[in-house]
Amino acid sequence: MTDLSPDVVLSVENLSIDFTLRTHILHAVQNVNFQLKRGKTLCLVGESGSGKSVTARTLLQIVDKPGRIVDGSILLRNGTKVTDITKLAPTGAAMRAIRGKRIGLIFQEPMSSLSPVHTIGSQIIEAIRLHSDLDKKAARARMVELLSQVEIPDPDTMADRYTFEFSGGMRQRAMIAMALASNPDILIADEPTTALDVTTQAEILDLIKRLQVERGMAMLLITHDMGVVAEVADEVAVMRFGRVVETGAVDKIFHDAEHSYTRQLLASTVKLTSHVKAADSTAALSANAPEPVLSVRNVSKVFGWNNGAKALRAVDNASFDLYPGENLGIVGESGSGKTTLGRLILRITEPTEGKVVYRREPGSEVDVTRLDKHGLRAFHRDARLVFQDPFASLNPRMTVKEVIGDPLIVNGLAKGKALEERVAELMRLVGLDPLGMERYPHAFSGGQRQRICIARALALDPKIIIADEATAALDVSIRSQILDLLLDLRQRLNLSFIFISHDISVVRYFCDRVAVMHKGRIVELGEAEQICTAPKEAYTKSLISAVPNPDPRDKRLMHRHRFVAPAIEPAHV
Amino acid sequence: MNANDQITLSPTASNIDGPAISPLKKGATVSTAAIGPWRLIYGKLIRQKVAMLAGAIILFLYFIALFAEFLAPALPATSKPQYTYAPPQGISLFTTKPDGSSEFQLHVKGYKVEIDKIALRRSFVVDENKIIPIGLFVKGPAYKLWGLIPMDRHLIGPYNLNDPMYLLGTDRLGRDVFSRLVYGTRVSMSIGLIGVAVSLVLGVVIGSISGFYGGWVDTAIQRVIEIISAMPTIPLWLGLAAAIPLTWSPVNVYLVITVIVSLLGWTSLAREVRGRFLSLRGEDFVTAAKLDGSSEMRLIFRHILPSLTSHILAVVTLAVPTMIVAETSLSFLGIGLKPPVVSWGVLLQDAQNIRTVATAPWLLIWPSLAVVLAVLSFNFFGDGLRDAADPYDN
Repeated sequence: MTDLSPDVVLSVENLSIDFTLRTHILHAVQNVNFQLKRGKTLCLVGESGSGKSVTARTLLQIVDKPGRIVDGSILLRNGTKVTDITKLAPTGAAMRAIRGKRIGLIFQEPMSSLSPVHTIGSQIIEAIRLHSDLDKKAARARMVELLSQVEIPDPDTMADRYTFEFSGGMRQRAMIAMALASNPDILIADEPTTALDVTTQAEILDLIKRLQVERGMAMLLITHDMGVVAEVADEVAVMRFGRVVETGAVDKIFHDAEHSYTRQLLASTVKLTSHVKAADSTAALSANAPEPVLSVRNVSKVFGWNNGAKALRAVDNASFDLYPGENLGIVGESGSGKTTLGRLILRITEPTEGKVVYRREPGSEVDVTRLDKHGLRAFHRDARLVFQDPFASLNPRMTVKEVIGDPLIVNGLAKGKALEERVAELMRLVGLDPLGMERYPHAFSGGQRQRICIARALALDPKIIIADEATAALDVSIRSQILDLLLDLRQRLNLSFIFISHDISVVRYFCDRVAVMHKGRIVELGEAEQICTAPKEAYTKSLISAVPNPDPRDKRLMHRHRFVAPAIEPAHV
Repeated sequence: MNANDQITLSPTASNIDGPAISPLKKGATVSTAAIGPWRLIYGKLIRQKVAMLAGAIILFLYFIALFAEFLAPALPATSKPQYTYAPPQGISLFTTKPDGSSEFQLHVKGYKVEIDKIALRRSFVVDENKIIPIGLFVKGPAYKLWGLIPMDRHLIGPYNLNDPMYLLGTDRLGRDVFSRLVYGTRVSMSIGLIGVAVSLVLGVVIGSISGFYGGWVDTAIQRVIEIISAMPTIPLWLGLAAAIPLTWSPVNVYLVITVIVSLLGWTSLAREVRGRFLSLRGEDFVTAAKLDGSSEMRLIFRHILPSLTSHILAVVTLAVPTMIVAETSLSFLGIGLKPPVVSWGVLLQDAQNIRTVATAPWLLIWPSLAVVLAVLSFNFFGDGLRDAADPYDN
């Protein structure tokens, strides 16, 4: 057995993992090498399906069934000796002693990684007592200490709360406390902030980084976000299709990358930190502006009984205009009411009050909120929705031709040969090969599916497209491709977009004007460039400064603007 | 990130390399691109060995039901009073000629009468010395296949029409249990299908309405379902069956019984369909279809129902055995099918008393085995189908 150099805690050597599936063998991880060093953070970065999570899970031998280690070794420093983890039985005592005690793991999804039927405290105490012989009282004291380390306010009382009483960020903090329960010397964080809002993400990253430095742990952070990498990494390993294509110090990766894929990944991230000026955009704001195509006035949505104590004002008095040929962004964190606002405009959800005026041609006005069934169908032909999840928004049992052709059929616009030609035309328009029209959605990747969704939205020659987090489920390189496609389509088809997103960089890249939503209200509305570089409102400032900057020489999180919510909270948060 | 999605690349994919994949066998292609959902379900189902075996047994049982007249050596109603409670005979392949050499000749052994000296009871035992030659595709009693085609060939039977061949023994009236079992398969297996068809229509329509519209419609329908499922089934059937006029022909009674039996079946299916509708109603692809301008009818029948057909199939498969058992128990209790109709339940009726079971256990064993086999097969197959029903769940 090879010996490890003194600062290396864990060394992965030539690791290969295969998944034997029904139709083929997937080489999920191939010949991967990396080392975790004491007090250093290694970021494993890659797009979905690159094998980064599988690699991390293998370190703890918790890979799901069809996956197995076919080659390589994982050497863990164990006192003066070195243990090869791949040689241990996954269910054996030796392996269990490593899990939690030597290597802590933080999962991506704080919603499902904590038990809903036990208190937060009891779950952490369990983790403590598994690896130590502390009695109940001492374990509780240790648990409270851990909770205060992860900056949960009033840890003694909070420990007796249940998971559902914690917000996403708090849950992730509790998860971190659990991972740290027995002082592991290696911490694996698998996309620890992906499910969180940017401001929460900034806080959690901050916390993890600080704890890691304080405790001198080695950390393996898995992420798809180059911004996060730049903020926390010391070293980076870029993975693609199961192989590590490049490893190096963070500065070298960001400023002197060798592999073309690394450069491509960076380029698509950096690209999104800029703004594209559309040729004729923001003419809307000039004095001789055309009439807006859509005017939203004082729209509110109250869930629960009107004005009752428990009523939730999901959207509160929102007003804005959408001009022809404009991209309007609506940004906000989860629960800000941005998705509800989009649905109110289309009346998928009925607004409680306010009106939405639609002008098909200059001069003609329709109040969407008063339309009958027939009128609403006509409006839905002009205003189309593109969904967030390209997997859920396509019926898995319909071929691409049926999906794209369906709006044409139900509106009696085309059938038979003409339908086929129109579908082919639409597919070409969104950059898909019409040859794939007889295939089912499962044969397409996420980006391609989103193109199908866009083609379906375009089928009826719409005027307005409401894109609800349309790029959120996509990898960064695909994301910029889809945004470019939408920009191109806007020019060619004279569309107006309402682009709903939680991702500031996407909005900045894509939109002309941006509305920032916070707790149901539009707190700021202005030009994208201005919002992103010189925001006026305190909330917008904190939001913008929490976005990780993909440049390790200019870390933004350390000196970000913190927003303290005003004392009077809107009811029921 | 289980990485087993995106296994194929479309023609326009920008990434040239792609995930590292190798086929299970050398030279095989790994594309699933153009495969439809039904092929995927089939692919999942075919890997479940037990379900496939159960499916084969079900097919075999329906094959028997379809060609009952041909497969049965005798007519179900033909009684031979000289052979009452005759025990089953085994088929032998070779006969011994007088010179000692053996010769291939399919045959069964005849019967001889033994009289119990104490009870003075006459009983049949197999006589090892009496050889009755039998053969395949022999001429036997005339019948009409499916009531239409006059034929007299049987799969198996004695060469001499008057020779006794009772592979599974005879009953109280000297009727061939094997033939009756074969004919019973037809009735018992089809009553399940007809009953399920009725409850399928009821269940899908009512369940769809309940799940799609929700609100008070849903509440009303769900309460009705609860009331129906709260009723004790056996007394309900007893009451309904008692209402059937005695003068009706067995065929009419048979149809009415199926309807009565299916009154139980539709509620569970309706609930299943409703649950699926409730969850699918909020799916993005349904909202998308709604925004495309689809009518409610189109939403239900074009977009939502196709996503549950495989689930419905699974539930239906699991409902068939309930129907079979229901028919069997009704007939066993004497309120379901009645002679001269032959079903497994009617056959079991003959095995109701302990004396019969003691002297002629084959009257109990074979019909019960048939019921158990059919019910288990449907259950295993239905379970497999349910597991395979959603090809997109991982």
